[in-house]
Formats: sequence, C-alpha cells, structure tokens
Amino acid sequence: MRVDQTAVDIFARRHRYRPVEALPWIAAFAAYALFPSYLPLGAQILATILFALSADLVLGYAGIVTLGHAAFFGTGAYTAGILAANGWGEPISGLLAAGVVAALVGLASGCIVLRTTGLTLLMQTLVVATLLYELANKASRFTGGDDGLQGMVVWPIFGLFRFDMFGRTAYVYCLAVLFICWYLARRIVHSPFGRSLTGIRENVRRMHAIGAPVARRQLVIYTVSAGLAGISGALIAQTTAFVGLSFLNLERSGSVLIMLILGGVGRLYGAFIGVPLYMIAQNRFSEIEPVYWYFWIGLLMVIVVVVARGGVLGLVERLRR
Amino acid sequence: MTALPLETRGLCKSFGALTVADAIDFRLEPGARQALIGPNGAGKTSFVELVTGNLRPSAGHILIGGGDVTALPQAARVKRGLARTFQISALFRRLSALENVTLAIAERDGVAGDLLRPAGRHRRIIEEGFALLETLGLAEDALRPVSALAYGRQRLIEIAVALGLSPKALLLDEPAAGVPSSETGLIISVIERLPADIAVLIIEHDMDLVFRLARRITVLVQGRILVEGPPDMIAADPRVRQVYLGERERR
Repeated sequence: MRVDQTAVDIFARRHRYRPVEALPWIAAFAAYALFPSYLPLGAQILATILFALSADLVLGYAGIVTLGHAAFFGTGAYTAGILAANGWGEPISGLLAAGVVAALVGLASGCIVLRTTGLTLLMQTLVVATLLYELANKASRFTGGDDGLQGMVVWPIFGLFRFDMFGRTAYVYCLAVLFICWYLARRIVHSPFGRSLTGIRENVRRMHAIGAPVARRQLVIYTVSAGLAGISGALIAQTTAFVGLSFLNLERSGSVLIMLILGGVGRLYGAFIGVPLYMIAQNRFSEIEPVYWYFWIGLLMVIVVVVARGGVLGLVERLRR
Repeated sequence: MTALPLETRGLCKSFGALTVADAIDFRLEPGARQALIGPNGAGKTSFVELVTGNLRPSAGHILIGGGDVTALPQAARVKRGLARTFQISALFRRLSALENVTLAIAERDGVAGDLLRPAGRHRRIIEEGFALLETLGLAEDALRPVSALAYGRQRLIEIAVALGLSPKALLLDEPAAGVPSSETGLIISVIERLPADIAVLIIEHDMDLVFRLARRITVLVQGRILVEGPPDMIAADPRVRQVYLGERERR
C-alpha cells in the first residue's frame, strides 16, 4: 500500500498554528499601548469577542441556529454578580462558577431544544432566553430586577491586582481569559469531535448514515458553548460591577449574531474581527448620531450581506483566490 | 454457518392504506453480489430506509450479522456493519474528499468523540482514508472540495465514504444515478473490484448495470418479493418480463 505522503501531510498539518493567527493578539497588545483612554471599551470588546466565539461554536461549526445565546451570557453574568454582591468577590472562582452554572443551563435546555431543528429550534432558544429574562425580572430580591444588580464588590485578582478606574486590570484580565478560552475552542474545533461537528453542519443525513451520535455531539458543544458564553457574561459583570436585564434580552442574542456574521461565521476568527468592528462603529456612530446610530449598523449589515457573504473573512478568502 | 450480513423476516410497512413492504423475507449472503430491482413505486427505497433505520417497520424483524436490530437506531446498525450510499449524493460538499472519508473512518474507530487531540494526530486514519481514495482512483482529488469534482467522481466518493466504515453489508442505492453514460463504466469497474468479503446489495434501475454486476437478483413488486434467483432465470421469467422488462421495452 503506497501512501502519497504529501497529501496526507498537508491534511495532517491543518491544525498547526499559522503566523497570521498571532495578529489578533498583537493587535490587542498594540491597542493597550496606543489607546490608554479606551481601555474600558477594549475590555468590553474582548469579553464580547468571547461571547461571539462561543456563538460561533454552535452556529458556525455545529450549524445550530440560536436566537437565545444571551440566556447563557446573562446566566453567567448574574451568577458572578450575585456572588460578588453577597460577599464573595473573588473574581477567578466567580468566573468558574459562572461558566459551570451557564453550562448546566445549556445542558438542561439543550436536552429539550436540540430535539428540534430549523425554525422550531430557533423559537425554542428564544423561549429559553425569554423565560430566564422574566425569571431575573421577577426574582428582584436576588437580581435587583429592572433596576439591575447593585453593590457588586469584586476583589483584586489573586489578591494583588485591583480593578482600576482606567480599566488597565480589566483589559488584561479579559485578554487573558479570552486567550485561554480561545485556545480551548481552537483545540475543540481541530479535534476529531470538531471535525464531526462540521460534518453535522454540512450534511446531517450523512452523519447519521456513518453512525455518528449526532444528538449527543450537538448537546456536548451546546453545553461547552453555553459555559464560554457564561464566562464572557461574568467578565463584563465583574469589570463593570453591574448586571442588568439587558444581559438577557433578545437584542443581546441578536447583536452577537450580527457581529459574528460581520466577521465571518464558522471560521473561529470571525468574532475577532466582527466584534471590534461593530463595537467601535457603535461607539463612534453613537457619539456622532446619538439617536440614529442603528441606521448605520443596519446599512453596514446590508452591505455585508450583499457584497461580502461570509463576512470580512469570507471577503478576504475570496480576494486571496 | 456464518451469520447473514443482512436479513429481514416478515418485514411490513404501510402508510395508511398504502403498503410499501408486505411480509418481505430477504436474505443477503456473505460476499453476495445481489441486486434489488422493481418498477417505480415497488418499495425499493422504503426497503432501504427500513433496513437502515430511517423508517420504523409496522411489523417484522431486521437482522444484521444475525443480531436483531429492529429496535435499534441507525447509528447502532452502522456499528454492526451496515453501510449505505445515497441515490442523490449526500456528501460533505464543501469539505475535501479526504475529509469526507476520514470522517467515516473516525466514526468507525470510535475516535470521533475525541475533543482535545488534533484530528491530524490520528495519522493512521488519514493514511487509511487516502489509501482508500487511491484504490478508487481518486488520489489526485483528495484535497479538493467535493463540490468541485465531476458528478461521476462524487458518486465514487459516496462509495468511498461507505467503504470507510468497513461494512459487512453495503447497500448501493442507484450508484450510477445521474451519471452521464460515459462515466458509468468507471462506477461499474469500482463496484466489480469491491472486496469479496463485503456483501453488496445494489438497488438499481439501470438493467445493463444490474446484469453486469449481480449474481443474484430480487424482484420487488408492490412491496412484495415477486421472484428471486440468478440473472438468467430472472431474465427468462415471464412474470418479470411482464411487470418490469416489458414495461421497459415499451418505453
């Protein structure tokens, strides 16, 4: 049996790191040095990248279309927030607790919603987020309800690094957490499990026909993704010392999809492009046009859908060919 | 006696008043080259869906390798050695040919649930996948996306993906459907060269292909087995000529 080593080698090397993958991290360090007055916004962007990255795992890789990813983002945020408002402000353990609770909510809701597909699935994810929203609204004794959760006290990281008013600690903290989660997500995507998710996205009928336990795989990635979304919510809660109902609303679920689509879905790095693009544009537009800034976001979206299917990364891919 | 790769006993399926499988007793011997033919609406496709587990039978039993799988889902039947191809290609179109095959091999070997090791580290699987493509003459297409290949070659990848599962029984659902006649020869020669230990059941309309490949033919009419036997017997059977071959001559 002669095996052509070149084709096999190329295929076997796909998971190796390429130089271009260092770009987001170089950009993040450069932003820290160049824009010291924008670090609080930068920290928000980094945490939201993690949120979009978690959405990419389910939408871009497993092909599960969801309109309720804020459910996990908000669950994580409230978990970390309630801990910090009730005397446990240690950030790392708060983050882990947020991830675990959000993952459990993902597992429980995934057991139900993943039985369906298409529009039904979309509505069910929406329902889960809405239920949690109303739950947070009603349980105002714990969540602060409509006023939001007040009185969070987040302790210094490792007892050493206090969250400063310039957002330096917050920025570095978010960057470090994002890096760890990105590393995890990247490993998953390039694992045999990750490849099989791509198979499910591309042709679920064939995945059944080759004997793949499709439902179990989807549930696993849904749970992992919910956990990562929970961590991103907790990051924003801890760095802004606030959680409100908007952490759970439909706009949150929808805007993360818009950011992801802007950058490019199913490519792991779409989040790293789409989120900064959206959030910086939002920041600029809302300064210039405080009322109408959504119009410009909408216009940007129309342009992407019409001329740049696959988002910015899709455009780059086509230009390179 | 070795267990039969595939067997059905009294297999029935009806949708309301429409009966698509009527007490089918079917046997596929080890190493068989068998064809399932019948006019349109005879229940061939339903038979495939029943056997693979996409449809639940109304009554009767399905056995793979001697074990009853009637209550088992599709994935469990695949694990026991039943693989199929699709009449209309159902591939991972945007993925490379090699990836299509390695996904199947990874499922077979039970490593596809592996979450943390890079897929590229499972080198044995990639080498096996490439060797499989090579035996089907698809080596130079290994890294190209399936959607970029000619349809005839896509049909071969259908077969390659199924072979990646190392099946004991292989159902080929109209393997040459939609392929221009200039490329049918390629598909026939691939099927002719399939490993002798795999039992092959071809569900097919194309009579030339059936009579070239099958050593045994089952004729299905209105959900029932009308007759079964070697090709010359089938060709000479007046009932078959009437319901099927006759129909074809008239066309």
